[in-house]
Amino acid sequence: MNSHPYAFLALFAAVAVAFPVALLLVARMWFRFFQPPKPGAVKNDIYECGVAPTGDSWIQFKAHYYLYAILFLIFDVEVLFLFPFATVFTGLPVGAMLAMLVFILLLAEGLVWAWRRGHLEWK
Amino acid sequence: MIQPIDPPSATPPPAPTEAERAELRRQGILLTSLEELYNWGRSHSVWPLQFGLACCAIEMIAASMARFDIARFGSEVFRPSPRQADLLIVSGTVTKKMTPQVVRLWNQMPEPKYCIAMGACAISGGPFKQGYNVLKGIDRFIPVDIYIPGCPPRPEALLHGLMQLQEKIRGQKISGPEAPRHLRSDRPCDYPVPDFGEHDLVPPQNPDVWHPPAPSLPAGA
Repeated sequence: MNSHPYAFLALFAAVAVAFPVALLLVARMWFRFFQPPKPGAVKNDIYECGVAPTGDSWIQFKAHYYLYAILFLIFDVEVLFLFPFATVFTGLPVGAMLAMLVFILLLAEGLVWAWRRGHLEWK
Repeated sequence: MIQPIDPPSATPPPAPTEAERAELRRQGILLTSLEELYNWGRSHSVWPLQFGLACCAIEMIAASMARFDIARFGSEVFRPSPRQADLLIVSGTVTKKMTPQVVRLWNQMPEPKYCIAMGACAISGGPFKQGYNVLKGIDRFIPVDIYIPGCPPRPEALLHGLMQLQEKIRGQKISGPEAPRHLRSDRPCDYPVPDFGEHDLVPPQNPDVWHPPAPSLPAGA
């Protein structure tokens, strides 16, 4: 059979959809014919290690840690690219050199921004 | 003389006996029923709740480690959430302050679920039975399937209790009046969570689960 070389992906996708759907249908039939669902107020309650829950489970976390994520990105990504840059430093064409300098400038600008905002101070 | 033909009867053919099944197995044919398949699968994947109360919990942890290896029975997956657990091992002393939490966790487990009272404290209060703050047996609020005596029971005893529970699961009916509560629509699966009151738990027991034994009068009284 002379089919498309990626035709097996369609088969995989079909199986990947059919298998969980079939399992869910079996579970549904099991509930329909054998095991009646019995929801309850305590059963459906929010799980808080057995303690009576207070408030809603959809709460907002403080987003302060995004600063650490940004600073980590500046240093970590910079190092990641600076090492290969350093090994081929003398043999680079002008275009690649310019691109690399722009990249370092962008990251340095972020560092200057964080420094001036005082985010580098340990609190 | 012509024999009259029997009318077709509604009774199903008799189930194959154990000897006939053994003969079929020799021929490479496995006979099973939905009930057996269902119970077989469930009895070998009883996932306990990751929930320890007192010293019995240490034995429970030992049972899950390499030396005793509860994984041989399919129960090594201690679930940190009651939503994924099948078995509540009440492993230790249940104080009255802890009782509402235990009963709430039991409520939050989905059916089918089972309860093992591990150790003297979980069964009856044990050595702390006279204490003002100890619940005298978790079966006052939760239907207990297996009682494991001991103070604390050794890991082998817990494994034996688990095997007894597996026996019990394998013997359960899938339909009819003898079916367990989770397969019947007329049985509620709610267990009221008691309040930690000023002097005692309110109510002190669940009357649907446990009745105080009748007082035994001395002979001749």
